[in-house]
Amino acid sequence: MSEPARDARPPLVELRGVTRIYGAGQTAVAALAGIDLRIERGEFLAVMGPSGSGKSTCMNLIGCLDTPSSGSYRFAGVEVGALSRDQRARLRREYVGFVFQGFHLLGRSSALENTELPLVYRGLPAAERRELAKRALASVGLTGWESHTPAELSGGQQQRVAIARAIVTNPLLLLADEPTGNLDSERGREILELLARLNRERGITVVIVTHDEALARATRRAIHFVDGRIVGEDAPSGSPDHDHTREAA
Amino acid sequence: MIGSMVRLALLAIRRNVLRSSLTMLGIVIGVAAVIAMVTIGAGATAKVTSDLASLGTNLLLIRPGQGQMGPGGARSDSAMFEAQDAGAILAEVGGVAAVAPTASRPVQAIAGSRNWSTSVTGSTASFLDVRSWVLSGGRSFTESEERAGKPVCLIGATVRRELFGGRDPLGERMRLGKLTCEVIGTLASKGESTFGQDQDDFVLVPLRWFQRRIAGNLEVGAIFASARDGVSTPKVQSDIERLLRERRRSPTGEDDFSVRDMKEIATAVTGTTRVLTGLLGAVAAVSLLVGGIGIMNIMLVSVTERTREIGIRLAIGALEREVLAQFLIEAVVLSSVGGVIGIAVGLALAIAGVRTLAVPFVFQPGIVVLAFVFSATVGVIFGYFPARQAARLDPIEALRHE
Repeated sequence: MSEPARDARPPLVELRGVTRIYGAGQTAVAALAGIDLRIERGEFLAVMGPSGSGKSTCMNLIGCLDTPSSGSYRFAGVEVGALSRDQRARLRREYVGFVFQGFHLLGRSSALENTELPLVYRGLPAAERRELAKRALASVGLTGWESHTPAELSGGQQQRVAIARAIVTNPLLLLADEPTGNLDSERGREILELLARLNRERGITVVIVTHDEALARATRRAIHFVDGRIVGEDAPSGSPDHDHTREAA
Repeated sequence: MIGSMVRLALLAIRRNVLRSSLTMLGIVIGVAAVIAMVTIGAGATAKVTSDLASLGTNLLLIRPGQGQMGPGGARSDSAMFEAQDAGAILAEVGGVAAVAPTASRPVQAIAGSRNWSTSVTGSTASFLDVRSWVLSGGRSFTESEERAGKPVCLIGATVRRELFGGRDPLGERMRLGKLTCEVIGTLASKGESTFGQDQDDFVLVPLRWFQRRIAGNLEVGAIFASARDGVSTPKVQSDIERLLRERRRSPTGEDDFSVRDMKEIATAVTGTTRVLTGLLGAVAAVSLLVGGIGIMNIMLVSVTERTREIGIRLAIGALEREVLAQFLIEAVVLSSVGGVIGIAVGLALAIAGVRTLAVPFVFQPGIVVLAFVFSATVGVIFGYFPARQAARLDPIEALRHE
């Protein structure tokens, strides 16, 4: 596996004719039915579509949690389909941060310990981990909440911890699967602003899955999924130079 | 990497104290029960074995009547022996080293202001040899004291303690009922018998004095005979039977006496103890099994509970083997800490048990190791394999797990 370079030519995400089929034979279901998608470094992208349209499946593929049934997915030039489980785990560990709708924090661990966790698997010494985790929590506005467990935090705060955990490794790509789905609109807006700021200030490529139109309008680019295909793309507030996606429908 | 996995594992253990302590409890109970029961059983067996030695070597017990087993047996209607029967056995049966005719009855012993209910046994000086008694002080009867029936006595350790306390009883006078005798010797303690009687609770006097002054007859309740070393005890036993049959002119067939090899009795008791130890061991094995099932359940439940946690760890980039290492370390730590606590509790229970039962403490390293290894294996297997199942899941599937 060649290392994905942080400043190389190839686009960060490049999907060509990607399908993802669950099951086999008669009961086979195509969650993705041939997707082409390019995401450049530094983009802020919304993935939209109704439930079951394949947007989460696409997200899992981009995040190297899953591999395509056919087609090619290159992450910063590396063919992900050819990687082993462990190699994909290492890729996630180094370059990808995840934020889930359900937060997915370790319930019995403090905010600081949750934030530290990816660094543990990177093998960083404890003092350095602590320092980086504190900084990440500070950047999501949770200074002073380090020792609280998720149960002691509000939903918005929990999602901030999850974001801190996702960015503590300084990833190239931040994937947020309906990050505001469990929050009220005010909290949701704050989380969105936080993600936009991380994209703007730290240059992290951010991809958000959502079905909130208002939320999608805040991003620079939005793509729409229906029945496992990308059916449209617009750039509500974005620059016109991100026209890499060929419409598949 | 192992260092951080160990830290993660210890953190997970600390973070869920209830789950951790329940897991350990299963191991503690299993290990402690096995160790306690087997150690106590071994102590009881050791006690019986040492009692066998204190019975005397090649000891035969000859009593009137049939079917009375053991020294506590009830009296029968059959005629008692006389002192001459004992003399005849010694003189006429080859291979007999010594005989001791005995007769006893309960008595109130008084010395100074203290008194004590005990029993008085009349016998000869050979009684000490035959029954393997050792003098702890003073001397035994002389032949002339025996013949003349002098009022002298030897006292067991219990009688000495109860009547004289810390005082030296030698040369003191004590009363047996209305009679007075002089203490000329003390006997070393033998402790409890296999049958749970205090063997040290008796006063030994010359048989003749006993017959004349205490019993008022010439009856002999039992004769102890010891066979010479290297002589077949069953042969001596049958020779004694033949002799007594002649002397007592018992009607055909029915013997009105019995000759028993004390070893037979003791062996029977040893057998019973072994069965008991086996039974305790079986009960302990069941508790070990139940403990094992407890560990298994908690481990299985907790892994199901933790599948989401495994999903989170995998999603943020943990390798399968790192997640496994953490769960394995958790299981090993819980199992070994539980095992060590179990060993400590088990030994403490065993010590308390042997004190209560007054048997020796026999440390059984084999059973300690066995119990520990069994519980630890169960803990590790059931901590590890369900975790492996979970760690092999797709991270997405594991995350969705409810």
